[in-house]
Amino acid sequence: MPYLDHAATTAMRPVARDTWLAAAEVCGNASSVHQGGRAARRILEDAREQVAADLAVPAPWVVFTSGGTEADNQAVVGTYFARHDEDPRRRRILVSRMEHKAVLEPAQHLEPADAELGWLDVDRAGRVDPGQVAEILARDGDDVALVAVMWANNEVGTVQPIAELAAICRTAGVPLHTDAVQALGNIAVDGAAATTTALSAHKVGGPTGVGVLVVDPVAALRPLLRGGGQESGARAGTANVAGAAAAAAAIHEAVTATAEHAVRVRALRDQLLSGIADSAAAEGFEYVVNGDDEGGLPGLASVSFVDCDGDALMMLMDGAGVAVSTGSACSVGIPKPSHVLAAMGAPHPAGTLRFSLGWNSTADDIAAALAALPRAVERARRASAVGGGRSR
Amino acid sequence: MKVLAAVSGGVDSAVAMARAAAAGHEVTAVHMALSPDPALTRDGARGCCTISDAHDARRAADRVGVPFYIWDFAERFAETVIEDFLDEYRSGRTPNPCVRCNEHIKFAALLERALALGFDAVATGHYARLEQTKSGPVLRRAADPAKDQSYVLAVLGVEGLRRSMFPLGDSTKDEVRAEARERGLLVANKPDSHDICFIPDGDTAGFLRRRLGEQPGPIVDRDSGDVIGEHRGTHGFTVGQRKGLGITTAPPDGRPRYVLSVEPASRTVVVGDRGGLAVSAIGCGDAVWCAAPPAAGDRVMVQIRAHGRPIEAVVTGASADSFRVSLPGAVSLSGVARGQSCVLYDGDKVLGQGTIEEASATG
Repeated sequence: MPYLDHAATTAMRPVARDTWLAAAEVCGNASSVHQGGRAARRILEDAREQVAADLAVPAPWVVFTSGGTEADNQAVVGTYFARHDEDPRRRRILVSRMEHKAVLEPAQHLEPADAELGWLDVDRAGRVDPGQVAEILARDGDDVALVAVMWANNEVGTVQPIAELAAICRTAGVPLHTDAVQALGNIAVDGAAATTTALSAHKVGGPTGVGVLVVDPVAALRPLLRGGGQESGARAGTANVAGAAAAAAAIHEAVTATAEHAVRVRALRDQLLSGIADSAAAEGFEYVVNGDDEGGLPGLASVSFVDCDGDALMMLMDGAGVAVSTGSACSVGIPKPSHVLAAMGAPHPAGTLRFSLGWNSTADDIAAALAALPRAVERARRASAVGGGRSR
Repeated sequence: MKVLAAVSGGVDSAVAMARAAAAGHEVTAVHMALSPDPALTRDGARGCCTISDAHDARRAADRVGVPFYIWDFAERFAETVIEDFLDEYRSGRTPNPCVRCNEHIKFAALLERALALGFDAVATGHYARLEQTKSGPVLRRAADPAKDQSYVLAVLGVEGLRRSMFPLGDSTKDEVRAEARERGLLVANKPDSHDICFIPDGDTAGFLRRRLGEQPGPIVDRDSGDVIGEHRGTHGFTVGQRKGLGITTAPPDGRPRYVLSVEPASRTVVVGDRGGLAVSAIGCGDAVWCAAPPAAGDRVMVQIRAHGRPIEAVVTGASADSFRVSLPGAVSLSGVARGQSCVLYDGDKVLGQGTIEEASATG
């Protein structure tokens, strides 16, 4: 099936699957002292060292979690309490308007614990202005607990100037958290750039249920999960050894192949966008590409079709066997308006489709999407004209 | 045919979907989200709005093996059904929100969108028999008289019926439940629901009071002209209502009093004895026809409530958008309220429907 929703999840890489199954053969709790435990622990620590090497950080910085969401929650909540306990004036959490809900919701959840959200605005391409961050931190940085800016956005692919932001934060002595879930494998990710960096295994061809939080020890995070002292006290709970091993295998392959992958998927993305342009000219429909066309993720295109409803488009593409996303599905299946597109001032948010490519994407996927698109757009425009059931 | 099955999460629509698929149609299941915030809507109301209903609908579609989507009609539902419901009460009428929902949401918004997206028909779990004949669709009462829903479907008219499928029309509820069990549809034992879905606690009076505010006024006895009580808002009353009138001064004849009319402009609720409810003629507007309109003099049956008893009547006039019927002297209706739907039947065949605009004691 033509699959263009790799930003949601991607196919598991054979090396990850093989590693996963092999590690599942081992019976032993990584915390046990006997030989089974030692065997498991060895696999876990091998995985940690592998991930550390691929992200250019020391192994103890790598904390395995249950996924990107936990990594983001741990970073935001753990950093906030560590900083606020140290100095109660540190109340503010500066977040970009592009952040994933896995960062925004924990930040908002901290409001009863004295936290206050400070919003970092973005331009039409979705980019944070490092100058604004520098100015805030220089003017009144004493009350800032942390800054959170995602490396690359999941809906539109905008890439933020993380190195620059990290330098600004470091100078001000304020921790920076970055969600690099979408960046990993698509662009180079330096694990030591920010204070904490969240990653997810399944976005790069590993299993779901495994994530990584890279933690610079200066952060002195308060753990979210307690009761067992695993992960050097950073994250309690029996280690997911096979998951960690498979995650490490997937991350290694993804990181090693990043440069080559980026070139390949950018070419496919270009094919897709030029095909959409041709089809728009032939069929007489209008569309806009959201995000940062040049500097964004190489394999992601967010396209808003004018006078269309993204839900209807997605359903019609699905009916034609092509998997794409509206970019903002929630668990109930009812689309909510995208806070990301709103923050960027995107002109036609309701008619948005997200096409995202991955390690096994092919030109056939693009061809299938382009073949299905004109009819989908035509029908979605008709449906939109009758007015029923538009997305909120 | 490409059929869109509207699935509520209840047993009826699940079996209707399964039957449409078994009949060889290419079925796609769609659950309509009608609540502005599904997470906040409580369970137990009519299966329309809640997360657990959406879940049940999804699982039924999985079981039948058809694609499933949720379409968001919350805004349109709030605008057309809930606002209409409030407007109608505001003007002293008694609306039927399920009829409005069928008219504006299920068979307008949903059907229009489905057709635009390339579907040929919409299938629902309503109980009514629908036959597509050469001369057009024929809508009849369901085989199971206790479940018959032809009354709320009359509003579809010929055009809507042409694109509709009601796979349950020949079945009883027990048969449908048994079939759901056989097909492994987990919703088989879900209770029927009768509440208004956007008033999950069932407190319609409280909902109206919150949304419309309190507007106190007199309760006047028609015979004596005396003010015999006070009320907190005319929207709390419907013609024919006997309970909860809040009469503080017993009327002289001591007989029970019924609401005879509701007059929001003067905030007056007029009550009288049961005889005051007798009606011998009904005039309807906004007519929708499911068959050729009847001619003056035709004998028909009329029904003015979803589960009301059909009554013999004679058509005294009918046009494309209105009709009048007289009710022969021996028969009278009680509690005919403006705003209700009046459906005309020829035997068990639905002719059409209109919204009651006037009801009088003189033919």
